[in-house]
Amino acid sequence: MYGFEAMTFNIHGGYLEAIVRGYRSGLLTAADYNNLCQCETLDDIKMHLSATEYGPYLQNEPSPLHTTTIVEKCTLKLVDEYKHMLTQATEPLSTFLEYITYGHMIDNVVLIVTGTLHERDVQELLEKCHPLGMFDSIATLAVAQNMRELYRLVLVDTPLAPYFSECITSEDLDDMNIEIMRNTLYKAYLEDFYRFCQKLGGATAEIMSDLLAFEADRRAVNITINSIGTELTREDRRKLYSNFGLLYPYGHEELAICEDIDQVRGAMEKYPPYQSIFSKLSYGESQMLDKAFYEEEVKRLCLSFEQQFHYAVFFAYMRLREQEIRNLMWISECVAQNQKSRVHDSVVFIF
Amino acid sequence: MEYIDRLPSMDLMRSEKMMLAQLIIPVESAHRAVSYLGQLGLLQFRDVSSDPLFYQLPLWFSVYTCYMLVKLVAWERLLNDDKSPFQRTFVNQVKRCAEMSRKLRFFKDQIHKAGLGLSPHPASETDIELEDLEVGLAEHEHELLEMNHNSEKLQKAYNELLEFKMVLQKAGDFLMPDGNHSADHETELDENVHTNNDYADSASLLEQEMQPGLSDQSGVKFVSGVICKSKALRFERMLFRTTRGNMLFNQAPADDPIVDPASNEMVENIVFMVFFSGEQARKKIHKICEAFGANCYPVPEDSIKRRQITRDVLSRLSELETTLEAGLRHRDAALNSIAFQLTKWMNMVRREKAIYDTLNMLNFDVTKKCLVGEGWCPIFAKTMIQDALQRATFDSSSQVGIIFHVMDSIESPPTFFRTNHFTNAYQEIVDAYGVAKYQEANPAVYTVITFPFLFAVMFGDWGHGICLLLGALVLIAREKRLGSQKLSSFMEMLFGGRYVLLLMSLFSIYCGFIYNEFFSVPFHIFGSSAYKCRDATCRYQFVPQMIFLNSLFGYLSLLIIIKWCTGSQADLYHVMIYMFLSPFEDLGENKLFWGQAVIAVPWMLFPKPFILKRLHTERFQGRAYGILGTSDMYSDEEPDSARHPHGEEEFNFSEVFVHQMIHSIEFVLGAVSNTASYLRLWALSLAHSELSTVFYEKVLLLAWGYNNFMIRLVGLAVFAFATAFILLMMETLSAFLHALRLHWVEFQNKFYSGDGYKFKPFSFASLTDEDE
Repeated sequence: MYGFEAMTFNIHGGYLEAIVRGYRSGLLTAADYNNLCQCETLDDIKMHLSATEYGPYLQNEPSPLHTTTIVEKCTLKLVDEYKHMLTQATEPLSTFLEYITYGHMIDNVVLIVTGTLHERDVQELLEKCHPLGMFDSIATLAVAQNMRELYRLVLVDTPLAPYFSECITSEDLDDMNIEIMRNTLYKAYLEDFYRFCQKLGGATAEIMSDLLAFEADRRAVNITINSIGTELTREDRRKLYSNFGLLYPYGHEELAICEDIDQVRGAMEKYPPYQSIFSKLSYGESQMLDKAFYEEEVKRLCLSFEQQFHYAVFFAYMRLREQEIRNLMWISECVAQNQKSRVHDSVVFIF
Repeated sequence: MEYIDRLPSMDLMRSEKMMLAQLIIPVESAHRAVSYLGQLGLLQFRDVSSDPLFYQLPLWFSVYTCYMLVKLVAWERLLNDDKSPFQRTFVNQVKRCAEMSRKLRFFKDQIHKAGLGLSPHPASETDIELEDLEVGLAEHEHELLEMNHNSEKLQKAYNELLEFKMVLQKAGDFLMPDGNHSADHETELDENVHTNNDYADSASLLEQEMQPGLSDQSGVKFVSGVICKSKALRFERMLFRTTRGNMLFNQAPADDPIVDPASNEMVENIVFMVFFSGEQARKKIHKICEAFGANCYPVPEDSIKRRQITRDVLSRLSELETTLEAGLRHRDAALNSIAFQLTKWMNMVRREKAIYDTLNMLNFDVTKKCLVGEGWCPIFAKTMIQDALQRATFDSSSQVGIIFHVMDSIESPPTFFRTNHFTNAYQEIVDAYGVAKYQEANPAVYTVITFPFLFAVMFGDWGHGICLLLGALVLIAREKRLGSQKLSSFMEMLFGGRYVLLLMSLFSIYCGFIYNEFFSVPFHIFGSSAYKCRDATCRYQFVPQMIFLNSLFGYLSLLIIIKWCTGSQADLYHVMIYMFLSPFEDLGENKLFWGQAVIAVPWMLFPKPFILKRLHTERFQGRAYGILGTSDMYSDEEPDSARHPHGEEEFNFSEVFVHQMIHSIEFVLGAVSNTASYLRLWALSLAHSELSTVFYEKVLLLAWGYNNFMIRLVGLAVFAFATAFILLMMETLSAFLHALRLHWVEFQNKFYSGDGYKFKPFSFASLTDEDE
């Protein structure tokens, strides 16, 4: 139905698309970031944010603020907006919106399982979880001893259940296989999301496949870099890459055998879109890679607003807000720790 | 000339004359001065804190006082181009005010939660200083937080005891089902165990197991506790999965709901008891309980011990209850004392914040000894403002007076109409389209009459008009009472437009008389001629006096009058249409008099460019003199003359002519289409009368035709309902909207540019609780 969305899209999606575009116009601008970067204390940040859409969420916070409070309140705003959209959405948009949260769900599962492994308090861990990735029985994750139990007790009720088919083993949980579990789950999730978007068709499929392919490729690079020098075998590494994206399949073959960061670079520079990212980095450097990827992602996300009548704007908006909250967290941390010279290290301007 | 002077001033026609004033305020009296100005509410401050311009000081100023002059030698703006809010001068005070209003909101919230009311009238105590208030608020907050903390702790302990009590009571039932409970107990067991279907067997077996002392033999243990009702099902399922079904889950609803101390809401709970065997299972079950936030309580199996503990718990419960109540009373008393003052404090903090926000709009001179501000004020308010400033100087016993002098400005001043109760609503109608430019003719003057009149043309029925009138009169009679209270949005709209409603109803009664219509029943008061259908479209006398319109519609009006006077049978439409189609042909019997306006259009086309040209030449000459005259004064202060930005434009005759041509064509087309728009008057009035006729004839008369009391009653009810809701409410709304459109689109686009901005003085009276 590509090209004909304009005829029917607004029947169900028009209202929410308008809402999400309205939300998007509330994103902080470069001028806001400039002002925020000049703040001396967290109270200044609060004062500046009170003039933005975050105002109502921060105005009742007593004065000695903490970074966590700011981040928590800003996230709360995002969650409220998400919930509003979800309650208004009809199929298939509601499923699409739910897909957006699965990534957080995976992160939360991993967070709780790792935390329990290191004998942290469950309540404390729950507070650290992203509110978008919460599900009913999340606290019970602490009971599980191995993957099989994890699946059988808790995750079988969640939407993550189908993604688990590849990692049901009876091995005891340890840091290594938790990390493998995270990446296997994420791979299955991205592939599923990709298939779902393809099924939706139209502009949604086109734009989302681009955004998800970028996400998959970025994860592939990160997995490669993080697994260099660990006991993960090449075959296992290869198994963690998602089976789509620009790097699939030949890039994956090359990434699977990389032994250092420059080899990764060599593999990636064959792909024009990633060449520009790597050309910003000096040889042997991987510190700034995250920021470079984030910047590229933000650019792509912003571009998705240029088209109308598709669902990718919802995905893009959620991602942009999350990036904004990451920015705020970084700025607040820098201000709180008197490291203002490093403020620009990790802030990604959105507009 | 004298006569003109004696005329009342045209307050509503032209907006107030404004002036731009500069204030130079010594720091020590700045706060007081701004607060006095806020009480006066006649000065609109401009934000000059980030103005990159140099400040010019007029020459006389240096003579004003030597003291000031010393400071003003290097009078220069701080060249900050974009000041963010936290770089301004009084940012700390603003922050403190924000912090105080946060505390006040917290108090209000607490008072609301405790179910107490605010005292509506601010307590008339002596004024307190802001610093004292700040300290006081911090103390109150601290006290309140402490009390909340304590009561929360107590509440938690109380809840625990209460839950323990319930568990103890229910546990007795679970452990020793007596005769009364056994029946339903057995089914419950059966459901939960999912074993064989032999009731008696399993029940007796389990009962045996549950005998005191059996646990150490068979290894069956239990955990009992309380869990929120909404989580119970998932909890049970999780237990079942973890133990692979090797457990027995008993539950009973708790007797009374428990107050959740965090949200202050009642939560319904259930009491559960899980039987299981094995150490591994115990660990897991405890973990699950923890994960689900279920509170577990140890219950002794021995019934005597149990009773003893129950007694113990009960006595502690009653103790805690009294402590809790005492705490609550104490807290309520504290809140009450706060509630007594809260409104006053809130007003005060709001004012202080507004003052500091305004002070932030001023700028320091380089010496940091005085503040400089600019603002618009109406000219009539000059003396009042100077008065207030003098008082401020005196009250703050400042050595140096506040300097207030008038500046000239290239910016267009804000628009300020002084309205009263009556004209306010009409001004709002016009402002909704656009705020008049400074000193522009205000359409609200005409709107006062034309709006209700156009409405009435569409709504002409004096029966309905009387109903509206009664409604409007009720609103006006209760003006005082309704004005002081908060209304729902619909009522507020009605109340705001009460005088519009009044005039609308009066005019519809008038039009109803002309139409001979009373609830669609013709009333023959003025004989039989109804001026309705055709002539309604023709009442254009009020449309601005343009040459074209006059020649067309003025002519039409003239024709109407001639027709009335002579009794001619001519068809006016015919005249008008043929005037354009075949201006020189004979109009036959439709001919009223000779030489109908062919000249109208060229008339409109030609004169204006010529007039404009003449005007321009005059203005050009005049201005050249003006500049010569003023240039001496300003030459040393503003070399590049920002105040006369566009020197002299070339007057291009052909361009103006082309523009005028475009305008004429637009105007002619607009006039035709707008005339068509005015047809809605006719259409709607017909629709209204037809609709009411339908209801009258098809409902009321039909029902009356039957000789049956019930049918008549039903008919009357339907008629009344239709009259009230369809004719009075919906038709009023539609006629109102059409009148609105006719004003905004057809009337105001003829002459009204409406691109000004409103005068928003800094005034305490307009500070509402917007942040609530």
